[in-house]
Amino acid sequence: MNEPVISLRGVRAELGARPVLRGIDLTVHRGEVVALLGANGSGKSTAVRSIIGQVPVGAGEIELFGTPRRRFRDWARVGYVPQRTTAAGGVPATVTEVVSSGRLARTRFGVFRKADREAVRRALDLVGMADRAKDSVDALSGGQHQRVLIARALAAGPELLIMDEPMAGVDLASQEVLAETLRAQVAEGATVLLVLHELGPLEPLIDRAVVLRDGCVLHDGPPPEAVGQHALPGHDHVHPHAPAGAEPIRTGLLS
Amino acid sequence: MEILNYAFMQRALLAAVLVGITAPAVGIYLVQRRQALMGDGIGHVAMTGVGLGFLLSWSPVWMAALVSVLGAVLMELIRWYGRTRGDIALAMLFYGGMAGGVMFINLAPTGSNANLTSYLFGSLSTVSESDVTAICVLAAFVVLVTVGLRRQLFAVSQDEEFARVTGLPVRFLNLLTAVTAAVTVTVAMRVVGLLLVSALMVVPVAAAQQLSRSFAATFALAVAIGVSVTLGGTVTSYYQDVPPGATIVLLTIGAFIVLTALATPLARRRARALAAAHPGGDPVECAIPASRVTADGADV
Repeated sequence: MNEPVISLRGVRAELGARPVLRGIDLTVHRGEVVALLGANGSGKSTAVRSIIGQVPVGAGEIELFGTPRRRFRDWARVGYVPQRTTAAGGVPATVTEVVSSGRLARTRFGVFRKADREAVRRALDLVGMADRAKDSVDALSGGQHQRVLIARALAAGPELLIMDEPMAGVDLASQEVLAETLRAQVAEGATVLLVLHELGPLEPLIDRAVVLRDGCVLHDGPPPEAVGQHALPGHDHVHPHAPAGAEPIRTGLLS
Repeated sequence: MEILNYAFMQRALLAAVLVGITAPAVGIYLVQRRQALMGDGIGHVAMTGVGLGFLLSWSPVWMAALVSVLGAVLMELIRWYGRTRGDIALAMLFYGGMAGGVMFINLAPTGSNANLTSYLFGSLSTVSESDVTAICVLAAFVVLVTVGLRRQLFAVSQDEEFARVTGLPVRFLNLLTAVTAAVTVTVAMRVVGLLLVSALMVVPVAAAQQLSRSFAATFALAVAIGVSVTLGGTVTSYYQDVPPGATIVLLTIGAFIVLTALATPLARRRARALAAAHPGGDPVECAIPASRVTADGADV
């Protein structure tokens, strides 16, 4: 449980001349589900993108599975779900074709075997998209498209899932499927780091929330207490991981 | 088929088939990456290679291959490092390449603008034995890359960021795509000409997309369209004495228009079938679930 899967120490990053991360510390342990929260421009997407090497890091250390990120090569252990806007090609592609590219983390330049095809089918089953395997991704709704991107990340059988705003623009039915998929992954021991705009239907799954503001960690602990309609009677929140007596952080502080 | 009795027509038809295969095979990745006009840029740079070939009395095809590969690598490097002024740098590369070609060919003792024209717009009847050898070798390389690495190139062209997280060598694959496109330009140069080569990379893919739903089907159909129009254009130019490059490109655009006309009713039928297969449908995108908005509007 205590082995860190992701570890950031004093990470700084700049986009252009603007500092976006000003010394972030973040540790995600094996089996944990951690949500990265914050307003637009707080640096939460940049933090995630620095972990996977999409953003050059000015200072600090990043480790994945105990290996410095620069020397980390075992990418099949990491499943990445980018923001949906990044994944659109100019040529039609089927759901299967898109999900198959996730399997390249295992096959690399080798032959795509029967076992790989089965892994792709299993990943599609997990997100409930097996019946749309031969459809073009252009014909899908936003929520279905998001499920395909998650299947693509799951196709390699990763131990760590990194998701950037998986619920953005996703319809309610797909939100439930996604939450269920994630629950099954967590039950099997997956570690998850999610960028979220708000906790939403994933809230019961989340062990810990890290809140960023202006590129600094503002809060690292139990998820902020629900406000507004989430706090209405009948909306039961159970946080088994929260230490007894932990002071809930009110979201009102952050806005 | 008397057309096959002439050695020059045999060479022309062989070159045409190879161009019909290779141009869409590379073009599909360029279209997928939304770099449809990259072939045009490489074509401009290749002119310097043709000019240098004449100046140094080397084979213009091999020289163009060398220079356009260097140009394509340079373009890819500009794409990495010069994000902000990248388009200006590319413009200078394109027009510098074109001006260099005109300059070198005029300096060359054997060169004239007439020679240049045959490279700009294609000249099938003057394809020589050694040209055919070069075209065959280069085409084999293009097919090997575009078919053999189709999964890797698809992943990189579809979503570069995700491909990097799968551990694929994205920079190497991007460079390979650029080099393969450059090689294809020189393969196609003798048939359709440097100024028209980009059409054969892009338009068959666009035409195939009208009918297909998958990448694999688009690939196969685009190559089929490519071979049909290059063969059709070559044969037409033999019987009608019209320029082959222009004929091929006009045929390709004709194929695009015909397929688009065919596809419209097909797409409507497909949409109906889809609606029938998934009754009830999916929630419309604009129906934002209430839980997406916190009651007090707090930005968490």
